[in-house]
Parts: sequence; structure tokens; C-alpha cells
Amino acid sequence: MHGELAGPISGFVFPNEIHVHWTVMIVLYPYITGLVAGAFIVSSLYHLFGQRELRTIARFALASSFVFLLFAPLPLLLHLGRPERAFNILITPSPTSAMAGFGIVYLTYLTLVALEVWFSVREDLVERARQRGGLTGFLYRALALGDLTVTDATRRRDHRVVRFLAGAGIPVACFLHGYVGFLFGSIKANPWWSTPLMFIIFLMSAIVSGLSVLLFLFYLISYLRKVPVERAVVETMARYLWGFMMVAVTLEVMEVLSIAYQQTAEWEPLSILIRDRLFVTYIVVQLVVCSLLPFLFLGVNNLLKPRSRVSDLLVFSSSVLLLVQVLAMRWNVVIGGQLLSKSLRGYTSYVPGLWEREGLVVAVVVFTVPFLLLRWVDRVVPLFPPDSAIGAGERSA
Amino acid sequence: MNDEFKGMQVLDRRAFLKTGLAGATGLLWTFRLTEARAGDYPAGYDPDGRRWGFLVDLTRCMGCGACVRACKAENHVPDGYYRTWVERYTMLRDGRVLVDSPDGALNGFPEDPPVDPAEGEQAFFVPNLCTQCSTAPRGPERPAGASSRSRDGLVLVDKKRCIGCGYCVQACPYGSRYLHPDGTADKCTLCYHRLVRGLPTACVQACPVGARVVGDLNDPDSPLRKRLATGRHGVLKPEMGTHPKCFYLGLDQEVI
Repeated sequence: MHGELAGPISGFVFPNEIHVHWTVMIVLYPYITGLVAGAFIVSSLYHLFGQRELRTIARFALASSFVFLLFAPLPLLLHLGRPERAFNILITPSPTSAMAGFGIVYLTYLTLVALEVWFSVREDLVERARQRGGLTGFLYRALALGDLTVTDATRRRDHRVVRFLAGAGIPVACFLHGYVGFLFGSIKANPWWSTPLMFIIFLMSAIVSGLSVLLFLFYLISYLRKVPVERAVVETMARYLWGFMMVAVTLEVMEVLSIAYQQTAEWEPLSILIRDRLFVTYIVVQLVVCSLLPFLFLGVNNLLKPRSRVSDLLVFSSSVLLLVQVLAMRWNVVIGGQLLSKSLRGYTSYVPGLWEREGLVVAVVVFTVPFLLLRWVDRVVPLFPPDSAIGAGERSA
Repeated sequence: MNDEFKGMQVLDRRAFLKTGLAGATGLLWTFRLTEARAGDYPAGYDPDGRRWGFLVDLTRCMGCGACVRACKAENHVPDGYYRTWVERYTMLRDGRVLVDSPDGALNGFPEDPPVDPAEGEQAFFVPNLCTQCSTAPRGPERPAGASSRSRDGLVLVDKKRCIGCGYCVQACPYGSRYLHPDGTADKCTLCYHRLVRGLPTACVQACPVGARVVGDLNDPDSPLRKRLATGRHGVLKPEMGTHPKCFYLGLDQEVI
């Protein structure tokens, strides 16, 4: 039996659990790594699976993945109680701790993506190193690692390497993000987290968020550069997005439905958690507004093939809604899991702070910087092919 | 070799790898050394062969909170956090169970439970502390190697190593761990600093009714083993598979 559900704390919460330990930064971290994994997979759809329609966005997707990856550890460092000791996790890792795998998985993936980015932009770097003089030329030469030979043989080699890394990167991307899900899924003490499905749920929603953020940016950049959006790109992405969001949301719902149907001992406290503490963020935002609506929008777009203007509206709003959906999902997992006390008899509450180290302002900054960096990277090497509309558009944005 | 490198001292690949490998090994070795030094014990204490355990006698606890106060004083536990706390279970005639623990019972239970005494069936107190799991959940096995098991069976946090990620706090099924304001994870150590000097834990010493016993589970003549033999006992959340070494005499199934 459970106590009354009123006020910030209801029922009996273990005294050490009144404060929520993992907050905004731990919501942001899996969100960012999800974008990384999702964007990488989009670029691999072109490089490895021969999805030719995605040629325009392939390099941009890869660069997005790289830029977000650079920032992925930042929320973690902001969260750690003793960030200056972060390297202990690499120097004296504990082989039995899932979290200790972070350094290894992260560094492997970072190396791989950095190499793939380098090989795919090498020719552009060389071209600029040859054209420009002075400091800029020197910097381009340095970025090209001093090797300015471009022949058909080097092109073939670069292409082969990119293809290989695009393939090798898929299991690593899955591992990086699946591993984040595993961190939560393996906490047996927490009934809201503890499920072997968590791994695959995180992975699927990562792909959804990656597709969504790329669609969103593609629309935004096309708009800013005053060029029409490339229909083939958005239509292809919209089809993938529809498919992946169906799998992701089905898994998310089935996971909860199976606990509900089994009526295990945990279901009673979990049902109160969902109904009372997570009603808005889980039921309303994650499931109804941000899953059902984009499911319908994308369905209409993909099945009925409406006019371009209508289609743009449907696809763009779906990408925004699904970005919010995945963020809400991260929030509901990370925060939701901590609102139910391990006493299973009570609930605490959490409202994020604004200005603190792990507050909303810092979170917004941490999340915005990669986008700005991406814009800067586009100045260094063009991220869209010059023969595409978006690549030939005004480079003011 | 390129012309521009002529005349320069260039390491060949083999020498480069050798130097690098030796350097890395040396670096790691220094970390091992600092770890070894941390395990010193006072003269006369031998951890090998011992296995520390704990017993809480629920038939004796009267909820005074002396243990919580003693623990706070002994271990400088920050306000709002608890290495040990006491819960009050109030069972009502209609089957409801009310549980409370105002300030972890730091000041005992100054107020009666908010129910009509006529509705109540029985009430009892349940002290909590780290259960010293024999197989702690994998999470607490510390990413940076800060949490570990001592040779005499205690789960301890290395405050100089902990990075404060909070994963162990999430993984503990009993809510025994918390993040100390100093940025590291903290929990009951079973007053290890006292045990190795032959003293009981602060909470055991402070308990006026002998509801807490600490002792060596490997020693059949220890007071702990003798008390355990006097009645039925259980552990909290056995379904977690953590094999706690903190036992409860007179445990009710409502207690989790």
C-alpha cells in the first residue's frame, strides 16, 4: 500500500534518496550520444548501403556526428563530483563496472569517426592548401598532415578507407549508444530502468534523434541559404524516420505494457509513477504529442504523397516533435527512475535549477555549442557537395 | 627515409614502441604502488580469515535514534544524509502500512504516526545501514576502482579515488549510499577504523537496548553468531541476489 500522493515528497522515501543525484546533464549526455550514433548511421546509409539519395547530406551527417561526439563528455564532466579525477576511469579502470567501459568505447569511436572525417575531406583540404597562401594555407596544409598528393589512386584509397570505416563504425556506434542504455538497464535496484530491452530502446531512439536532427538542420540551412530543399533527401530521410520511430516507440510502449500485463510487484509503484509523477512528460509529451502526431504526419507524407509545401510542413514538424520525443524519453528514464524511491513506497520530485553547474542554462549552452562549431566546420571544408542546391547556396549560413 | 630527415636522430619503429611501452608500464606501476600503500592496518590486526557481519534485533529497537546521532558524530556525516537511519512501520487494521523516518530519526520519533490509535494494529522500528553485500551490484564496483571489498569482507569507498559519478548510488538497492558534498560517494563503513582497533561500531556502542551487534561471521563463538542462533532472521531484499551480511532478527515481510 502506498501513502498519499500530495506535495513534493509522498509516501516513504529513503532519506538518502530525497535529492535526485542524476539530473539535467545526465539527461543531456545520452541525448547527445544518441545524435552522434544516429547521424553516423545516416552517413553510413550512403557510404556503405548505397543509399544514393543521401549523397547531399552524407558528409554533413558524418561531421555532425563528429562534432557532437567531441561534446559528449562535457555533460559528464559537469556532473562528476570530482571532475579532476575523471582520468582515473582510464588509468585504473574497474573491469567489472559497466561505466568504466566509457573511456574505451568513447576513444575508439572518436578515433574512428575522426579518421573517417579526415579521409572524406582530405581532397578538399589539399585543394585549399594549394589555393591559399600565408597562415591559412599553412593551417590547411597542417590539417592535411602535409601530404598534398591527390591522384586517382589516392582517391580510390580514400574512398575505400571511408567505406571501411563507415562499416566498422556501425557496430561501434551501436555499442557506444547501446552501452548507455545498458548502463541504465543493468541497474537491478531500479524497477523503472532494469530491463534488458533498455539497450535496444536507447539505440532505436538514437537513430530517430539522429535522423530528426539532420532533417531539422537540412530544412533550416536550406531556408537560411534561400534554396529549395532537395526533395529526394527529405523524402528518403522521412521514410527512414517513419520506420525507425515506429520501432522505437513500439519498444518503449511494449516494455511498459509487459510489466503492466504481468502485474509484477513493481507494477503498482510504477503505475503510480507514470500516472502521477510522469503524466505530463511521459503520457502527454513522449507518447501522445511527440510520438502519435509525427507517426500520423509521416504516415500521411509517406503514403499519400501530398504537395511539396504540405509535405515540408509535415516532415519538418515531425523532425521537431521527434527531437522533443527523444529528449522527453531521456528525461523520463533518467529523472523518472529516480523519482520512485527504492523503498517502493514513496516518490520524490525534481525541478531543474536555472543557473547551477548542472542547471538549464549550462545545458542549453552545452547543447548549442556543437551547432555553432558545425557551422564553423562548414567554413573550413564544405559539408555539402558544391553541385547540390544547398551546397551552392549563399554561404552566409 | 626522406631527404629532409637526413642527419637527424630518428627513432625506428621498434625503439619507439619499446620506449612507449616501457613508459606506460612505469606510469601504471606508480599507480599500483599508491594503491598498495593504502591498505595498512594497525599492529595486531589481521584481516585474513575474518568476515565482518551485523545484526539488528527488531524486537529490541525502540526508535530512540541514539545510533543515528552517534554515527553522525563519529563519521562527520553531512546534514541531510545518513549512513544509518531508523524507520518506523505502523501497520493499520485495514491492511495499510505507514512508514516514516523523520530526519532519519536523528532526533528519534518526536511525534506519533498520523493515524487514529484505534486504527493501528502494531508498530515497530527498523534501523538501516549498509548491508555489506557479499555480491554487491555491479554498478558499485566503481568505474575508477574506488569502491572495493576489503580482505575481511567490507565494501568500502576509496575517497581519494572516487570520481563522484553516482553510479554506485543508483545501483545500491537499499538507498545506503549518497554523494557527499565533498564530491565523492559515501556510505557506512561499519566503522572500519574502529573495528580494526578492536572497538565496536559507534552505533553498537550507543544503542541503549543492545539492538545492534557487530561481529565476525567466521567465528562461531562471536556474540554475533550466538545472537543469530537465538531466533529466526532474514535479510533485506534477498531477491536482489546481493547476499547481505546485515541480518535482521524478527523481520516482517512488509519491511523492504
